[in-house]
Amino acid sequence: MTTTDNTITLVEPILEVRNVGKRYGAINALSGISTAVYPGQVTCVLGDNGAGKSTFIKMLAGSHSPSEGELLLDGKPITFSSPRAALDEGIATVYQDLAVVPLMPVWRNFFLGSELTKGWGPFRRLDVAAMKRITNTELANMGIDLRDVDQPIGTLSGGERQCVAIARAVYFGARVLILDEPTAALGVKQSGVVLRYIARSRDKGLGVVFITHNPHHAFPVGDRFLLLNRGTSLGTYEKKDITVGELTSLMAGGAELDSLAHELERELGPNSTLVAELQSEVATERPAASRE
Amino acid sequence: MTTTDIVTVATRPRLEKRPFRRFLARPEIGALVAALAVMAFFSFYTRNFMTLAGAGVWLESASTFGIMAVAVAVLMIGGEFDLSAGVMTGFSALIVGVLTTQFGLNIWVAVLISLATVLAVGALNGFLVMRTGLPSFIVTLGTFFVLAGVDLALTKALTGQVSIQGMAKVPFYDSIQPVFGASIQIGTGVFYVSVLWWFAVTALATWVLLRTRAGNWIFAVGGALQPSRQVGVPIMKTKIGLFMTTAGAAWLVGMISLFRTSTVQANTGVGQEFIYIICAVVGGCLLTGGFGSAIGAALGALIYGMVFQGITFAQWDTNWLRTFLGVMLLLAVLLNHWVRIRAGGTK
Repeated sequence: MTTTDNTITLVEPILEVRNVGKRYGAINALSGISTAVYPGQVTCVLGDNGAGKSTFIKMLAGSHSPSEGELLLDGKPITFSSPRAALDEGIATVYQDLAVVPLMPVWRNFFLGSELTKGWGPFRRLDVAAMKRITNTELANMGIDLRDVDQPIGTLSGGERQCVAIARAVYFGARVLILDEPTAALGVKQSGVVLRYIARSRDKGLGVVFITHNPHHAFPVGDRFLLLNRGTSLGTYEKKDITVGELTSLMAGGAELDSLAHELERELGPNSTLVAELQSEVATERPAASRE
Repeated sequence: MTTTDIVTVATRPRLEKRPFRRFLARPEIGALVAALAVMAFFSFYTRNFMTLAGAGVWLESASTFGIMAVAVAVLMIGGEFDLSAGVMTGFSALIVGVLTTQFGLNIWVAVLISLATVLAVGALNGFLVMRTGLPSFIVTLGTFFVLAGVDLALTKALTGQVSIQGMAKVPFYDSIQPVFGASIQIGTGVFYVSVLWWFAVTALATWVLLRTRAGNWIFAVGGALQPSRQVGVPIMKTKIGLFMTTAGAAWLVGMISLFRTSTVQANTGVGQEFIYIICAVVGGCLLTGGFGSAIGAALGALIYGMVFQGITFAQWDTNWLRTFLGVMLLLAVLLNHWVRIRAGGTK
């Protein structure tokens, strides 16, 4: 099947996806996708716009249920009725819009929806001191130094906000962390901060699903790479079986590059230097890993 | 994203290093400064303003607007408007008036029926807004006109007049009147219990907003609805609760005006909904939601009460009151706009 089967891993995957697909009426958004998420590893989902990345994560996050195939949590088949149900199983999703309220202080955002309280009956009130302290230490643990958790979260940079959202998911007991294009809107430096943070979450033993269209962001932190193209899988590759150049080429459509070479060959003749270059590129960048 | 980053760079060091500037960024500061200025002006300009008699007058005037302004402010922080808030004060009082004078119902029962009815209207407002996704401005504009029509038509059909008189003759009137309409003489001044209600409502709203989960949810649903839903805030419950709170405050104000005068006009409260909104905005509420304070709204109402009565004390033409309010609203909005840019909101 896939290379994941050949990998000698002692740990069991937390979340496994087997041949799932999603149809919206007559439209086939996604079909035949398989991959696995291991604790302490990062599974990257790569694909260009419209490849089916969003549909894929919505199925993992419980927003949509798959039309075919199955999800396995700890080896047992499972279906999520809602994002809340997925959350209760420890599958937390950090969406692109981050689910933060810009005008509210960092600590209020951190605990929003799961506030700590003390007191009883009508005197039940927010435990402000504890929430501020926990926010401070949780962020410091992840290497974000905010001297003031009272500032509105809208005053943080995009990368920092992303990190707060991830820290929140980790604190509230996520086992699987799904990150939807966390670096898409960020500059180079900010992306670096987020990537380092992904690595830290992985080191804490979480299974991370990192969705991106940037192979240069995926490669340094990823352990395995699921490539999507127009709703189908181009295969799952282990890190040792692929280079960043091959990833890029696959995403850009290695097969299409191939057919372009043939087309040009007809027009320019087999001795054209351009065709030779293209062919050599196709030959070197085709990865050795199996395809689904 | 880039604009936010620029704002970050611009504001962060200031927020950390200058507590005074941070204090200035609080929502109620503008209203506090304005209230002190108005108070100082009329105290020096007129002889009777800063006396016990004078204070009794403008505090009473501010109190009923204050109760509503605080409720409307909490609703606005939650991202909604209620244009039916004004007419609901008259509606609640008319229910009591009609049930007691026309149907002979016990006044305590009538008061509770009034509360239940008004809360139901508030819940309906909230339900319609949440279910249809229509702006609350439109939905409550509809409720406003429906209730205004009901008030006038039913009162006229049942009593033949446009007001209900002679409430004081209703049995047990004296047993309930002090709760809403009592007054106490201090020196030369008369102080009504409504001022205490106003302080209590402001204190309660501040407590709820800043120190309870519900308060956190109100700021959240007003600041960013979709993200709030994603992190598990019960948005339906929160929003409907907010509309019911405004309705409950309208009931309180309706009872206060009923039991102070023992009469109720069919058009009571019509047109006052905008004054509540002005008080809330002057008090630092953002029209877009997610930011504001109950104390600020109370101060906004205090400014209104002081100006309203101050103009009379100064023997000016009271017709200029609205012009003054309009100018104050514009200044408050400009101040809020500036605050929001500094806070780096990305809406």
